[in-house]
Amino acid sequence: MTETVQAPHQAPVPSGAPVLEAKRLVKTFGRVVGLDGVSLQLYAGEVLAVIGDNGAGKSTLIKCLTGAYIPDEGKLFLDGQEVHFKRPQDARNAGIETVYQNLAVSPALDVASNLYLGRERRKSGILGSVFRALDTAGMRKDARDQVLKLGISTLQDVTVSVENLSGGQRQAVAVARAAAFGSKVVVLDEPTAALGVRESNQVLELIENLRGNGIPVILISHNMPHVFQVADRIHVQRLGKRAATITPQSHSMTDAVAIMTGAAQA
Amino acid sequence: MTQEAPTSTLDLAAEFLDRRTPVDRVRGILHRYPAISPAVVLVIAVIVFGTINPRFFAAANLSLVLDQVSVVGTVAIAQTLIILTAGIDLSVGALMIGTSMVMAQTAANNGLPAPLALLIGLVAALAAGALNGLLVTRVKLPPFIATLGTFNIFIALTLLYSGGQTVRKADMPELLTWTATALPIGDVRLTVGVVIMLALYALVAYILGRTAWGRHVYAVGDDEDAARLAGISTKKVLLSVYIAAGAILAVAAWIQIGRSGAASPNAGADLNLDSITAVVIGGTSLFGGRGLIWGTLLGAIIVGVFRNGLFLAGVDGLYQTLAIGILVIVAVAIDQWIRKVRK
Repeated sequence: MTETVQAPHQAPVPSGAPVLEAKRLVKTFGRVVGLDGVSLQLYAGEVLAVIGDNGAGKSTLIKCLTGAYIPDEGKLFLDGQEVHFKRPQDARNAGIETVYQNLAVSPALDVASNLYLGRERRKSGILGSVFRALDTAGMRKDARDQVLKLGISTLQDVTVSVENLSGGQRQAVAVARAAAFGSKVVVLDEPTAALGVRESNQVLELIENLRGNGIPVILISHNMPHVFQVADRIHVQRLGKRAATITPQSHSMTDAVAIMTGAAQA
Repeated sequence: MTQEAPTSTLDLAAEFLDRRTPVDRVRGILHRYPAISPAVVLVIAVIVFGTINPRFFAAANLSLVLDQVSVVGTVAIAQTLIILTAGIDLSVGALMIGTSMVMAQTAANNGLPAPLALLIGLVAALAAGALNGLLVTRVKLPPFIATLGTFNIFIALTLLYSGGQTVRKADMPELLTWTATALPIGDVRLTVGVVIMLALYALVAYILGRTAWGRHVYAVGDDEDAARLAGISTKKVLLSVYIAAGAILAVAAWIQIGRSGAASPNAGADLNLDSITAVVIGGTSLFGGRGLIWGTLLGAIIVGVFRNGLFLAGVDGLYQTLAIGILVIVAVAIDQWIRKVRK
């Protein structure tokens, strides 16, 4: 019933081919159907929010997109090429960066080390090739540039260790890392869940800066005001299916909640 | 002017928020530079013991202190690597002694050339370290339990292999006891073993501080999940740390043979705990991810200085042990306090 009424309420589709596209993803856990044929399109330079009640399949969908789960059925396309992710690392190598809810930053390491953690750069010449010396100065300089480019004014010193930063600053470190390596897509899982009002605003600003830098963002959030503030389009997930894709212009927050809970049908 | 206004307001706000007491500042500095507290302890200890008995300052005596800590100091390098990953290794002493027996027996009883005997000892130590690493990463045992098990296994294997027999210096090729050779520089008489230990510290300091692997060791100990999500193969890092520890313990075994002028299967029983003592006094956190290798060297020297200084002051040996015990507790208490830095 619900799926047949989707089409007329689709949000205006942006021009061009999608950067990331999922076609009819299915994922089951025993007899529990997590995803029941969900499609999703993410276009260049947009913020696509994914909302849904608990158990609607938000996390399952995101995990299928980022390689944490392997979908049972359906296809995934990145820049028009079909991709198969077996591990999160595969998705990362392909250019899909995920910022997890629990952040995944190393508290004792400094900001620059965290930005480059797992992909450290070595010095050129034999110092790097034979003696494996890290290009610490170069990485710090680039980390500073990256932080400036994203307009993160709160991270002025990239040599300070992350444990001395506030929650919003840590989030900024995680986002900066996600955006740092020529990534094609950045996925943010509940980035404002643990933050206060002022810090949330900083993160929302950061999301807008990511979009300004041409990096499309998938934003998973429970927070309707935040979603309506930054999203270009909103994918509403309900009972393992896409209930609708709406925009902040076409629908109100009340409408979105109604679609989410099944009180209205897009 | 108009542009400066918000900046100065921000500065004011920052100053207003930064209402830290001097105690908090000290804590912040200790937090950032974990080797400061052991350095301060060492300086005070040296001044006090030197005042009590001026003989303490004699070059020969200071060389002796270094020589006395050369084995435990080297073992403590391996222990530091493992503790940095939030692990602990109770088998280091047994592994090292077992390795020394392999080196001595293959040379003395099987008549192999000394370099080959050392090499076989190294291979045995690498294999033993890999066993610890596999138990931690593959069987997923807590490092405490894994190494408690291998501690007993290594002791038993060592006694079975050696038949409980000590290999005397006279039966060994010279190369095996070469580490005891003194290199006189004026009145200072550093042994080859001490020089090797110091070189190993420099090497490990470089690797931990300047290479990606070193950074990954810290990251794994700091927050293993975060390290994995950042794309680090945490199991590989952990396994390599235990294997590297085996290599370092093989060097310690060579120094041990030289220092004791023999290879005895019953030596080194205290080394497990003594190495942990050195690491902890050196400011490395038992919770992982925090600490400096140079701190461990200071920690090992502090233990040596306390034993030597108290001995020269005519204090009974039991009080030396008592003093070391108090030092450990104070060091860990300071670490707990430092870690409570404001979030």
